[in-house]
Amino acid sequence: MKKTLAIVFLLFLFAVQFMDSYGIQRFPKPEFESGYVQPETLLPNPRAEMLAILDIAVLIISLSVVSWLVIKKRNRNGVFWMSVFALAYFGFYREGCVCSIGSIQNVTLALFDNSYLISISAIIFFVAPLVYTAFFGRTFCAAVCPFGAIQDLVAWSPQKIGSRLNAVLGVIPYIYLGLAVLYAATGTDFIICRYDPFVGIWRFNASFGMFVFGGILLIVGIFIARPYCRFLCPYGVLLNWVSRFSRKHITITPAECIQCRLCENSCPYDAIDMPVTTKNPEDKGTMARKLIFITFLIPILMLLGGWIGSKLHEPLAGVNVKVRLAKQILNPGTPKNQPETFEIEAFKSAGKQQSQAFAEASAVLHKFYIGSWILGGFIGLVFGGLIAGRLMTKHRTDYTPNKGTCLSCVRCVDYCPVKLPK
Amino acid sequence: MQNRRDFLNMLCRGTILTGLTATTGILVYRSVKGGTCELGSSCTNCGKSHSCDLPEATLFRQTVWQLDPTKCIQCGRCAENCVMSPSAVKVVHVYAMCGYCDLCGGYLKPDTKTISTAAENQLCPTAAIKRKFVEDPFYQYTIDEPLCIGCAKCVKGCGAFGNGSLQLQVRHDRCVNCNECAIARDCPADAFSRVPANKSYLLQGIEAKPEERV
Repeated sequence: MKKTLAIVFLLFLFAVQFMDSYGIQRFPKPEFESGYVQPETLLPNPRAEMLAILDIAVLIISLSVVSWLVIKKRNRNGVFWMSVFALAYFGFYREGCVCSIGSIQNVTLALFDNSYLISISAIIFFVAPLVYTAFFGRTFCAAVCPFGAIQDLVAWSPQKIGSRLNAVLGVIPYIYLGLAVLYAATGTDFIICRYDPFVGIWRFNASFGMFVFGGILLIVGIFIARPYCRFLCPYGVLLNWVSRFSRKHITITPAECIQCRLCENSCPYDAIDMPVTTKNPEDKGTMARKLIFITFLIPILMLLGGWIGSKLHEPLAGVNVKVRLAKQILNPGTPKNQPETFEIEAFKSAGKQQSQAFAEASAVLHKFYIGSWILGGFIGLVFGGLIAGRLMTKHRTDYTPNKGTCLSCVRCVDYCPVKLPK
Repeated sequence: MQNRRDFLNMLCRGTILTGLTATTGILVYRSVKGGTCELGSSCTNCGKSHSCDLPEATLFRQTVWQLDPTKCIQCGRCAENCVMSPSAVKVVHVYAMCGYCDLCGGYLKPDTKTISTAAENQLCPTAAIKRKFVEDPFYQYTIDEPLCIGCAKCVKGCGAFGNGSLQLQVRHDRCVNCNECAIARDCPADAFSRVPANKSYLLQGIEAKPEERV
């Protein structure tokens, strides 16, 4: 009992003295007399490192098999089963990390921040689908990406949405990509991962908001096929660009198009370009006028976008930790009796100078100022491109998949009556 | 016409592939070389002995999230912000540091009148800490891990009144190793970082030696 009292007394003495200090051996390790054996602190290991190689191998093999199925075999069934496999492996087994969509941010951050070291998986998950797309079109989207796979499986009753709505919604991924790059380059946040709608499904464990977002996308996806891929996916933007110049690409017909129109409604993603047979081809004057209009419009839109962006750089930077801290130091909440935030508490206990925090925050703000000019200009360019695309009519005789937006799902092929002689 | 278009396509494709190769090259080179020091050539330490906290080459090294208990301020956000529920962050008891106190700041509420295992006296909201008599006046405290939610209340108590043997750690059997850790993003003390997978725990007081769970 005496011992206990002594310990209690000491405890309070020390407690008063060292309230803020941490991890001081205040009480020496007891010397046990009863032969008590101290248990060992056991900790579970993380996933074996070698398994990262397996992920990369599965990615490369999947890409190769799907590309072969799409380009050579033109086999929808095979593509379907590969997408089920992708859903199982990259989705439910690997729980969505690492994924190509998110790797944009790893690559961006690694390019802008010398101290961030990227792993080989992130590099390959970023590069490999782009390389395959440069040769075979977006076969990655067809059946390697688990996001596409899960949405493809629920696309039961795809409806056509107007080409105008399609084009306007199609701008969102560009803005999303721009914001993701801005936030990753400034080391602020990985917004693609933060607002990942399906990762909760892979893990069977999600916050309410994430669950609702994923659920809504899947329900919408029944009627508007693959809403994430078409109207949100930032990696899809890159794949779209690369795919336009792909060496080979899925074609609807194996030989000559006979204009039978059977494939017209076969594409759930509105990615088939109809033949354009203008009765009166535009004369050179109108064409030239349109061209001049566009060449003036695009720089103006870019400047305008950049200017608007630069005006928004402060609210955009508000998410950054350093900026948030500086704001809280400057303005520690209106009611004086409010307890200080954890950020300020941690800042004080770290013993940093206020001026240092302010300097760091203003450096981040400066980065955001430049970044938001570029982001705004980029968005202006995208809008300019959208207008240009709608103005300039392209002459086309056959039904062809749009090389940019086609997801190589091979559905249209089965609708074509033209068969190659065996 | 068709030939010109094909040629342009090929040119663009070539440019894209060159760009991708260059990007990959830069990234791989950096990852092989390891982190770049701000001091550059003026630092004389660098024979890659890593006495400074320069990140190691990580190209073929997988990294995992871990929190530094010395930076942690026990704000309780680990319990709320993890994408897993309950959180992948749980308390770890470093027995080697424990004082085996009867009046345990991590086990008992600060205002308790009696020292007992009564529920109203326990600091832990889920009663995840088990108290067992060893010998007078020592008691052993064990974490019932499935119950722990990572709220850090006991860590705060032990750090304030005791030896600080209770420490928060990311448990790698629960952590799904997100590309960006949701807790790290909101950690006020900047205690989270990516660490090499072969040194995946940052415990104080013992050489962290990860072992398979028994």
